[in-house]
Amino acid sequence: MATGPAIRRRPSLWRQLDALSRLAFPIGFLVFGLFVIGMPFGLPGQAELRPVFAMACVFFWSLYRPSSLPAPLVVCIGLLLDLLGMSPLGLWAVLLLLLHGATLASRRRLVPQSFYMTWTVFSCFAAALSALAWAVQSLLTLNVLPALPLCVELLFAVGLYPAMAAFLIRAHRGPAAVELA
Amino acid sequence: MIRLSVPFRQAMSRLTLPVMLMFSLGLVLIGRADQNFAGHLRAGLDDFLAPAYQLVSGPIQAAEHSTGAIGQLFDLESENTQLREENANLLQWQAVAMALEAQNDALKSSLNYVPSPAPTFYTGDVVADLGGVYARSVLVALPANGNPAAMVGAIAMDGRGVAGRVVEAGSRSARILLITDLNSRIPVSLGPSGAPALMTGTNGPDPALLYWAPGQPPAEGAMVLTSSVGGAFPPGLPVGIVHYNAQNDPVILPLADLDSLRLLRLFSYPENLPVLTPIPHSLPKSTTHSRHH
Repeated sequence: MATGPAIRRRPSLWRQLDALSRLAFPIGFLVFGLFVIGMPFGLPGQAELRPVFAMACVFFWSLYRPSSLPAPLVVCIGLLLDLLGMSPLGLWAVLLLLLHGATLASRRRLVPQSFYMTWTVFSCFAAALSALAWAVQSLLTLNVLPALPLCVELLFAVGLYPAMAAFLIRAHRGPAAVELA
Repeated sequence: MIRLSVPFRQAMSRLTLPVMLMFSLGLVLIGRADQNFAGHLRAGLDDFLAPAYQLVSGPIQAAEHSTGAIGQLFDLESENTQLREENANLLQWQAVAMALEAQNDALKSSLNYVPSPAPTFYTGDVVADLGGVYARSVLVALPANGNPAAMVGAIAMDGRGVAGRVVEAGSRSARILLITDLNSRIPVSLGPSGAPALMTGTNGPDPALLYWAPGQPPAEGAMVLTSSVGGAFPPGLPVGIVHYNAQNDPVILPLADLDSLRLLRLFSYPENLPVLTPIPHSLPKSTTHSRHH
């Protein structure tokens, strides 16, 4: 790639907009998804879907494109989740950061693995985080919260990830690929 | 653009995660120490989101109605006969209700009964279903002329019964904590005798019934009305019906259709609430003065 000052040119406006939209795709998709899950469809399990969706997105982008979802944005998503879902403020911010950190730490070993392996690892991470959220909220409210939503979250995590990954991988190679701008 | 040296940038990128983790843990502490902080943030976010949700909830309802219409075309005949039967039944009940109303009026007039003041109310669309995993709440869009301070503590009812109460209100939206939420505790009175009990949310569809008098177990099918014990609710609003579940514990089948709330009426009773109300309303000044002297 040419880096000399004589060859470097300022990119055109459209090119800059294109690059910006590619950078904004992961966070935009996440926020839009959280907004859509809040619509009053009256479907069962909408509340359980919200943290699972956020976890799947954070896991995917931390794994394949960590620069597109840096830690401050992960914190913002966590706070949004807490404010929308009436969980204690900051709880999901901490949990999503833990997921982000754990994914970054296991990235080198995880990326060359098969899809089934990443699927399993995501399910384990989601199970651990949901259980942690359940435990912390039980502790903070000083009574044992029902375990059924936890099981629903696990089912969603296992079932949702392949579909989400299929979509996000396509986006990762197409409209969200910064290097194509 | 500011140019930073490579080692500095590397150090920065390595530090972001721990710094952000500390920041979020600090937020958890702040949220625990000051419960109003999260409430203010949430009301602000709700106010921001309510117009957007209002834009999309219209088409969603339209789509629901139109698909319903297509589905109904196939069983119009059976539905018509069913409606006719139901109508005859309801007319009979209307006659009963009118007779009872007349009797009630006569009894009230002979008792010098003072009617409770009529509450002011708003009707609002349920624009978003913002429950959490362990919380049940919905977002209602309010008309712009509402007074947010007076709305907190208002009682939300759908067409049939109590659905919840307002816990946070901004200038454009109000968040309703449903009666199925884990934190919901509502004093109720059971059946014709008005025996006191407490309705507690369980995060499931049917709230549990606790603290009824040991000698008088609630009867299956008894009507559950709100009670004015504690002063948070006016007496006599319909809530649900007592039912014994598979574990033989009494639960309440809510009259309100909590799974698909569309419209809610928010009744605020600012004046007739006593000082004991858990959520701060404007206190009646005369009572506080008389206590001091």
